[in-house]
Amino acid sequence: MSWFNTFFNSSIGKKLFMGITGISLILFLKFHLINNLSLFGGPEIFNTVVKNLESIKPLVRVIEVVLALIFLIHIFNGIRLWIENKKARPVKYAVNGSSKNSTIYSRTMAQTGSIIFIFLVIHLRTFWMSFNSIGVVGIEEHKYYEFVASTFLDPIYSGFYVFAMILLGLHLNHGFQSVFQTFGWTHKKYTPIINVIGTIYSIFVAIAFASIPIYFLFIQGGK
Amino acid sequence: MSGKNINVSLKIWRQDGPKTVGSFAEYKISISPDASFLEMLDEINNDLESKNQIPIAFESDCREGICGTCGLVINGQPHGPIPKIATCQLHMRNFKDGDPIWIEPFRAKAFPIIKDLVVDRSGFDEILQTGGYISINTGGVPDANAIPISKDIASLAMDAAACIGCGACVAACKNASAMLFVSAKVSQYALLPQGQPERSQRVQSMVAKMDELGFGSCTNTYACEAECPKGISVTNIARMNRDYIKASVTSNSVE
Ligand code: SF4
Ligand code: FES
Repeated sequence: MSWFNTFFNSSIGKKLFMGITGISLILFLKFHLINNLSLFGGPEIFNTVVKNLESIKPLVRVIEVVLALIFLIHIFNGIRLWIENKKARPVKYAVNGSSKNSTIYSRTMAQTGSIIFIFLVIHLRTFWMSFNSIGVVGIEEHKYYEFVASTFLDPIYSGFYVFAMILLGLHLNHGFQSVFQTFGWTHKKYTPIINVIGTIYSIFVAIAFASIPIYFLFIQGGK
Repeated sequence: MSGKNINVSLKIWRQDGPKTVGSFAEYKISISPDASFLEMLDEINNDLESKNQIPIAFESDCREGICGTCGLVINGQPHGPIPKIATCQLHMRNFKDGDPIWIEPFRAKAFPIIKDLVVDRSGFDEILQTGGYISINTGGVPDANAIPISKDIASLAMDAAACIGCGACVAACKNASAMLFVSAKVSQYALLPQGQPERSQRVQSMVAKMDELGFGSCTNTYACEAECPKGISVTNIARMNRDYIKASVTSNSVE
């Protein structure tokens, strides 16, 4: 297996695993989002969706473990790349000209990623732990919708949620097209299309996720 | 001649040797807008020498954008503000009167500073030595057109081979990655029939050497392509990724 070690630890290997895990997370987000959007259907629909997920608990558990592994590889590799890449330029430039040759979101993947990670921890603590009745924050019998609604009434919580979703959009915008470049899938005909799809997808995901706290805070809460 | 001299104030990195601590020194000069950037530095050096001071060390050779020797980071951009030219092709007319100009060496762990603005880019040579060659048969001179190559492919290979090995891609990259250079070298052979025998071994050895020398890892910011004086495309990096992944996964070597 030493060839695999060499491969995994090479600069291209690290990038490849960043890409594979990244695209998996992008796919996961899509399913997560579809479930979330059922909140707009009202308490009954959302609570049924969650109950349905409850009924396939073992499968959900397996997916969760796989997801956790994917996240860990993505985060571990990301941190490693960040540290190693810092070391590759020990003395910085006095004048930083990077704004003239690259986009800000491509240069700040580590920063957006870190804030998304903080968001993820808070998010899991609030929702995943409560939905699974772990720890103190219990939910009244199957009142998932009501729990979500009351959580988002907190403007600070919702504000941070929206902020994190904007960063997620930026992170995805670079990540999406980056995956194709990393896999070596570039083509004169298709790369421009992929870039556009990536941007649309990122904007859509950010807006769609962020619409939920906004809805509960202003529209539901405003009633 | 396009008229009046311009006055510029320069902040230039001075460093006595590889181990010493460097800092910026200030110079002022009145120069014709027709002068090239390097001629402007020559003038400063003439002046310094006439005052018995040590001239600024910087590199150049062809001064027409083909050798890759020159290379300065000017106001944060390798080879200066104009795209697709080398430092030696930059002219003072691109600067305005009174403009401050910061001149720094290429900065990367793998490009240690030798003196002032001169850096050691022999890492690139080491990478080339591990795979920048092809096997040819000895014997009679083969017919030049014995192997048919389509125009498209020949052009792509030629575009990749246009890399002059200046190192601006490394200097521009926030990760000091050498991917654009290495991918250009890998591609110029990988695209052509003559490069096939060593194709997978080449990409593996060159990438391994690149990593060993302490260049950073590519994160697809594409700053390299934007600053490359020869407009080398990042699609070469995609080709190298593809070749490297394929070589690693499919080769029979388990080491
Ligand atoms: S790829 Fe461009 S910037 Fe990099 S060494 Fe070659 S010519 Fe210079
Ligand atoms: S001196 Fe030869 S490319 Fe600039």
